[in-house]
Amino acid sequence: MKDKAEAYWKANVSLILKLLAIWFVVPFLGGIVFVDTLNQFSLGGYPLGFWIAQQGSIYMFVVLIFYYAKKMSDLDDEFAVGGE
Amino acid sequence: MALQTLTYIVVGLTFALYIGIAFWARAGSTKDFYVAGGGVHPISNGMATAADWMSAASFISMAGLIGFSYQGYGGSVFLLGWTGGYVLLAMCLAPYLRKFGKFTVPEFIGDRYYSKAARIVAVICLIIASVTYVIGQMKGIGVAFSRFLETTYETGLTTGMVIVFIYAVLGGMKGITYTQIAQYVVLIFAYTIPAIFISLSLTGNPIPQLGLGSTLLSDGTYVLDKLNQVVTELGFAEYTTSTRGSTLNMFVYTMSLMIGTAGLPHVIIRFFTVPSVKDARKSAGWALVFIAILYTTAPAVAGMARLNLMSTIEPTPGNYLAYDERPQWFKNWEKTGLLEYQDKNGDGLIQYSADKAVNEMVKVDNDILVLANPEIAGLPNWVIALVAAGGLAAALSTAAGLLLAISSAISHDLLKGVFRPDISEKGELNASRVAMAFTVLLAGYLGFNPPDFAAGTVALAFGLAASSIFPALMLGIFYKRMNTAGAIAGMLSGIGVTLFYVFQHKGFMFVQSTAFLGDMSPNWFLGIEPNAFGAVGALVNLIVAVTVCKLTAEPPQEIQELVDYVRSPHGEGTAVSH
Repeated sequence: MKDKAEAYWKANVSLILKLLAIWFVVPFLGGIVFVDTLNQFSLGGYPLGFWIAQQGSIYMFVVLIFYYAKKMSDLDDEFAVGGE
Repeated sequence: MALQTLTYIVVGLTFALYIGIAFWARAGSTKDFYVAGGGVHPISNGMATAADWMSAASFISMAGLIGFSYQGYGGSVFLLGWTGGYVLLAMCLAPYLRKFGKFTVPEFIGDRYYSKAARIVAVICLIIASVTYVIGQMKGIGVAFSRFLETTYETGLTTGMVIVFIYAVLGGMKGITYTQIAQYVVLIFAYTIPAIFISLSLTGNPIPQLGLGSTLLSDGTYVLDKLNQVVTELGFAEYTTSTRGSTLNMFVYTMSLMIGTAGLPHVIIRFFTVPSVKDARKSAGWALVFIAILYTTAPAVAGMARLNLMSTIEPTPGNYLAYDERPQWFKNWEKTGLLEYQDKNGDGLIQYSADKAVNEMVKVDNDILVLANPEIAGLPNWVIALVAAGGLAAALSTAAGLLLAISSAISHDLLKGVFRPDISEKGELNASRVAMAFTVLLAGYLGFNPPDFAAGTVALAFGLAASSIFPALMLGIFYKRMNTAGAIAGMLSGIGVTLFYVFQHKGFMFVQSTAFLGDMSPNWFLGIEPNAFGAVGALVNLIVAVTVCKLTAEPPQEIQELVDYVRSPHGEGTAVSH
């Protein structure tokens, strides 16, 4: 029982770390630190870095949360720790 | 129909709706009052969270800040910061706090750190952060009411206070949740409809998010290229590349707003209201979907409104608008003092320039942009009336959510948790209503006499939440070894550092004459502006907490079991135990 709970928590934390790495890299590196480099490319009428900072990151945040919710729901079932 | 009559009707109807809902969903028990009975659907909860979260600052000010003060790209800090925090909430806080399954944030901190002192410190942080934030909302309510009901600021503020008080007190969390859903619908229509019209008229593309990246119908250049060209010709920095201070400042600013978002108690308590842990994770995603609709529209509103404003003042390069021929919206906003013209060279024309010596648009307040935008673009009166109702909905819903967070901290955490554990459920409910009444009066009083409460207070609210509450919650969940001494030392040092930095630049309690370092960038630590300092405070909190914790005893066995319990959704209660 205790091992199972530990394995579940480990899987949860490793998922969070992976997703938080993306959460950090895209807006902070893509939208701020390396924005000038990325602005050399364009997406329609948007400079790419500017688009990441004002639009793209927000769409990505939404996807990250739903992906996390889905993956965790699978983990709940796998380890049979779901609610009720 | 005349604009004034139409505005009365639209605002009146939406208010009747909110009060009707508050009455219909009034709270019968403390559980209804604090967590809406614990049975709110994740999509409904997401919508209510979005309305709760998007205040007058998001609705009225943000597009103007992006378009004008922060010069385009610099405004990205708000867009990134105020949305990215939801990722932290969804993964690091919401599911575990829902599993914990009690009413308030200080309650979690008190139980996790097995200490009344920790709970009291959390209550103090919460109250300071929420009260400073609610004063800003009260001021927004006062300004919006007085502008649209054409009364004095004082009458507008009083009207607003009465309305907030009625439904917050009557309904509690249950009433607020359902009222906020209605308010979300009103505010999102009010924001997107004018944006769609404007995008359509400028680019032919009805979707503002795509319109900002499209070409102009008038001359076929891209909107952003045109903006860059127009603003640089007048001597402003390029719209798509001008940073806010340094790259480091933008980085820290964004991080502060993200952590602050995840640490603001009125947002966190919303995740106590859903039926299960699974729903708490999803609900954060839905909240962000509803928020993203406004936040991805805002940059388009900012860019297009700036272009519209500039081409009104200077239709073709070097050909300025004559002051006598200024449009009606210009005159309307001149009356409020938020738009000011000064004919410096006496030629009767309006010269708008980045050069302060030549610039004749001496004042263009950020806050008028969203409200004036439909008028500038020549949209029909019903759209303008709708925007008025939307701005009020945004301010009211946030004020109500904050009041609830404050009153539950006082009645549940201080009264029941510390001073009168034997209080009856009814007594607690009444105490909470009294606390709410006092908070409305206090916030109203400070709203009548704002001691320089502007952007500085909002910065402090975020900085405080970021530097105190968020790290304590995170460590409580992810670091089993964290103990009472570490948590308290961390919270106090985090807030302390942030308060000290903000006060030395903005004045003690924002009284400007006491700002001994002055709000000047040469005095900023590594060039970080006071508004952005919360992330540094959070880092200090983290370092102090971990160091103190290592030097003191491990938390007892039952606390380590509590952490295990919170980490797994297994055995979650379907309802909240009291």
